[in-house]
Formats: sequence, structure tokens, C-alpha cells
Amino acid sequence: MRLNIGDWFASMINWMLANFGGFFDAVSWLVNLLVGEVANVLIGLHPFLVIAVLAAAAAALTRSLGLTVFSVLAFLLIVSMGLWPEAMSTLAVVLVSVVFSLAIGIPMGIWAALNNTVSKIVRPVLDLMQAMPVFVYLIPAVFFFGVGMVPGIAATIVFAIPPAVRLTELGIRKLDLELLEAATAFGAKRSLILKDVQLPLAFPSIMAGVNQVIMLALSMVVVAGLVGAGGLGGVVVQGVAQLDTARGFEGGVAVVILAVYLDRVTSGAQSLGDVLRRRRTRKEQRAAAASDPAAAVS
Amino acid sequence: MNTVELGTQATDRAVNANDADVPFIRVRNLTKVFLARKSKRMRLFPGRQAAKGFTAVNDVSFEVQRGQIFVIMGLSGSGKSTIIRMVNRLIDASDGAISVGGKDVCSLGPTELRAYRNQTINMVFQHFGLFPHKSLIDNVAFGLKVRGVDKGIREAKAAEALRLVGLGDRIHAMPDQLSGGMKQRVGLARALATDAEILLMDEPFSALDPLIRKEMQELLIKLQRNFKKTIIFVTHDLNEAMYLGDRIMVMKQGKDIQNGTALDLLEAPADPYIEEFVAEVDRSRVLTAGLIARHRHVGQPDGPVRPSDGAERVSEGTVLHELLPVFAAGAERIGVVDQQGESIGIVTAEDVFAALSPKGFSNAS
Repeated sequence: MRLNIGDWFASMINWMLANFGGFFDAVSWLVNLLVGEVANVLIGLHPFLVIAVLAAAAAALTRSLGLTVFSVLAFLLIVSMGLWPEAMSTLAVVLVSVVFSLAIGIPMGIWAALNNTVSKIVRPVLDLMQAMPVFVYLIPAVFFFGVGMVPGIAATIVFAIPPAVRLTELGIRKLDLELLEAATAFGAKRSLILKDVQLPLAFPSIMAGVNQVIMLALSMVVVAGLVGAGGLGGVVVQGVAQLDTARGFEGGVAVVILAVYLDRVTSGAQSLGDVLRRRRTRKEQRAAAASDPAAAVS
Repeated sequence: MNTVELGTQATDRAVNANDADVPFIRVRNLTKVFLARKSKRMRLFPGRQAAKGFTAVNDVSFEVQRGQIFVIMGLSGSGKSTIIRMVNRLIDASDGAISVGGKDVCSLGPTELRAYRNQTINMVFQHFGLFPHKSLIDNVAFGLKVRGVDKGIREAKAAEALRLVGLGDRIHAMPDQLSGGMKQRVGLARALATDAEILLMDEPFSALDPLIRKEMQELLIKLQRNFKKTIIFVTHDLNEAMYLGDRIMVMKQGKDIQNGTALDLLEAPADPYIEEFVAEVDRSRVLTAGLIARHRHVGQPDGPVRPSDGAERVSEGTVLHELLPVFAAGAERIGVVDQQGESIGIVTAEDVFAALSPKGFSNAS
């Protein structure tokens, strides 16, 4: 006996298309507008200004001279390859997808961490989302949103949400039971425990999730190029279609530069907590030196 | 300024301590059964539920007077940690009643429960339970923050509490910069800062080195003299139990097998299990001069020791170990005074020897 799961899925998509067409059109319009605006800003500004801002962000978040120099040189390389507008449009797509993925994924992760039933339901759904080959999302996404940037972003969001949910949930759940007991024993409300204890301590894990989301979103860029998302993905797809090795390689290099930059900067932000802590320690040492050491009571 | 604030608390408590006849904490027939997993399925067969569960605490009753240190002693798995978690309802009791200051703890609603945890009761944890992302002062001020106290006031109080435990110069340090003993000082300061009357201590010194542990026990005694908290102290170390406890309850597999003073345990162990424990105790470091003097006093009143007797005088908390050099130096009797300097009685070398030998008191009298 053959079960026509594929047919059922297709007819479900058709049914959704017939009944919620207006909704999908509205989403498509909104996302297009959003990405368009972000891309316009990034492309409209002078490349050197954008590069300066990106390099400053790298310097502030990672405090690494090497990475700052690298990002200046690498982005200049993109400009000289003539791929700057494509790179900025890809960056805009990545930024918007990441914002949506995090806006859905992090609250979902918090909910799953606090509620076992939610966690049990969410887990297999995430497995499905991650294990399903990404191209499979693209087909219904094109049906829903038409050809262009939006189906690429939709597929990217579906693909990039799982690490945000998982790492947020993990970060909150792995909290030392004794700390939870301590906060509870002082009469704290659940909301205060979440805000004051669980989330700050889950911060490194959540930031690792953010990093993963960005990298997955970027890895989707080329795939999204297949459905006309443009940007660097478009360049690569074009290179493949025209058997143009040089063009394809240049597009690939630009993707790698973006990937390295985003990865280093976001994983640097993970250790931002340590940087702040070190600053605090120095403050304490100064305070201790200023006050009379003899004031200490043994 | 803040010293005064915390100081007056102590005198208030001293007044309260006079009505010590009424037990402050009263626990009746407390039982906790942890159900095995998949309890939903077992609900179909209610008869089997109890059989499948694990009884961590079995029908335990005790009372704690205001200002007392009540020690619950037992090996791991004896249910002692479960008991104190039921007192502040981190764990809900399966059966039995707990009343604190006449109020039934088990029936508190969520809001009342939070208020009770915040204002009446506090807890110190075995592994310190400090928030690693908060500086010491923020850790100590946490209870006050929960209460909604203004930042300025709560930081002043937290700094004062840290000063009391000897960390006044490190209030902005982060917990991971401290040694274990110092961390537990912070745990202690955090519990003191909220002015709660009851302190639950779950093996607070078990994770520390022996020397640091001794230091912390002495610190606790010193603080207790000023603050007169009502303390429930959990430990697996009988030496510690006897050094700190006004009363000791020994637990074994969820049941309380003896509840009495250190002397009761030494003199009349209720069963072979306790006898075994007691054999390991270093009596010279557990029994205090005050205990011996009072015991002696019951039979034969000595009358007050006058300074003109020329006898050495020690405070009642002095352990016998520290009396030995005095006797070795030729003293025949040592006067014992309480904290106010009032005489309690005297101790002779014979008393000390009798007390140090097993079953010594019963043989001597």
C-alpha cells in the first residue's frame, strides 16, 4: 500500500494558499519592504563609511586588532571585486532573517526551558526543521511568496530557528539547581528569577545560539539565490549556470569574508561578559586600594 | 549608622528570646514520599502508589525554640536535607504539619509563601549557591532586592553584613575570585542581610577544608551570640553537631532515632547506630566547661566562685581540650562564667577526666 504523504502535503499547501493567500501577500510585502530598506541604507551609504562602521564594531566587540585590520582589508577586497552592492544586499537579507529567527527562537527557547510539555512538543518539530533538506522548504515558500528575496528569507528563518531555541533552552536548563533553590528560597518571583538569574547566566549559551543562527542564515544565502534572492547567492548561481569559474569564485570568496567576519564578531560578543567582569574587577581593586586596608575585620 | 541598625535587632531578639518556652518552629509527623517517575500511570492503581514511592522522611516530629541552634545529623540519604527544604517549602511535604511562630507553613498561598521565604526564613547552601554573575554586594543584597528595598539602603545593609563576616573590603569582588571559606562567608552574609529570624543551613561547611571549617564554626557561634537567630543546621559530622547544636536530632533512613543535647547523645545513645557515631567523637573538643559545670551543679551546689578564690576563670563555651593545660599548670579548680560574666559553677580535674571517659558522667554520679 502506498501512502501519498507528498500529495497530502501538496494539497495542504494548496489549501493554505487558497485560504490565506492575502496573509502571505501581506507578509511578502512587509518583508520585501523591510529588506529593501535595510539594503538601500547599506548600499546607499559610501562603502568606506560602512567598512569603517563594521571595523569599529569588530574592534568594540572583540577588542582584537588583527580582526579589525582583517575586516577592513577583506571588505576592501569585496569592493575591488565589484561585488559591494551584492554583498550588502546579502548582509541585509541575513540581518532581517536573523532578527526574525531570534525574535521567534529565543522566546520559544525560554518557554521550552520553563515548561516540560512545551519542550517535549518543540523538540521533534525542531528535529524536523533541521533535518529536512533545505530545498524542500523552498518549493512551498515560492508558492506562498512568489520568486525573489522573500521565499529565501522564509526558508532561511525555518532553517535557522532551531539553534536559537535549543541553545536558549539548554542555557536556562543547565543552571545549577542550587542557584535556582537559592533564588527561590529568598522569595523571588519566577519572573524575577528568570530576568535576574536564569537569563544572565544563560547569556553565553544564548549568544552561541545567535552565532549559530547567523552562520546558518549565511549558509542559506547561496541556496536562496536559486529562487532569485539576488545578492552574492545570485552571483554564485549565475557563475554556476554560465560555467563562469572566475565569477563563481569571486562570489564564493565574498560569502566567506562575510561569514568569517560575522562569526568572529558574534563569538567575540559571547566573551563580552568576561570583558565587563574584568573591568569590574579592576574597579574593585582600585576601590580596595583607595579604602584603608586595615578596615578589614577578620 | 548601619551598625546601630543591625545591632538593635539583636537586642530586640534578646527580649523575644525570653518567651522561649513556646516553641518557635513546631514540626509534627512530617513525611515525604518521593513518587517514582511515570506517576501518572500509577494513579490508576492508587494502592501501588505508596509501594512505588521512596520515603525520604518518615513521620518526624520536633520543636525548635527561639534563638536555638537545632542540628539535624545523619548520613547522606537520611532525609535531613529534605526536612529543611520542607520548612521553607522548596519541597512540599506529603503529610504532616509545620508551624512557624504559630502559622501553618504548609497552607500558605503563593504570595504569602514568597513573603514568608523573604522575611522569616533564610537559607545557606552546601555549595554556597552564590550567583556567579553578581558581585558580592549584589549577591548579599538579593533578598532585599526581592523585597523591593531601595538600592541605596539595600547596598548599605549588604555592605554591613559583609563587614560582619570579615569581607568588608571586598564588596565588589566576584564570587569566583574567592576561596571556598570566603564564599560561604558571603552565603552567611546574604542570609543575615534580610534580618530573617530563621536560618536554614544545609551542610554549609561540609565542602570546606577542616581548618576553614573550624574557623567558620567559630564565626557562626560568634555571630549567633549577637543575632540569636533560630537555626536549623544540617550536618553529617557529629563533632560539628555537638560543637554547634543546642539540640541534636539524629536521623537514619528517614526516621529520627534520637533527639537530645550533645550530652544526652554521649551518655545515653538510643541505639547501636548512634553509639557507633559517638565512639568517633573527640569528647575533649565537644564537651564545654559550661556543660560540665552545670551538670555538676545539679547534684552539689558549689556556690558562686569569688575572684578571691584565685581560681582561673573561663567562659562557658570553652571546650575541655583547652582546660587541660590549665590543670597541667597545677590548678585544682576552674571557675566557669557565662557571657555576662556571671558565675555558673566550677570544674575540677576529676570532672574533666570523668567527662572524657566513655559513660563518664553516669559512673561519676
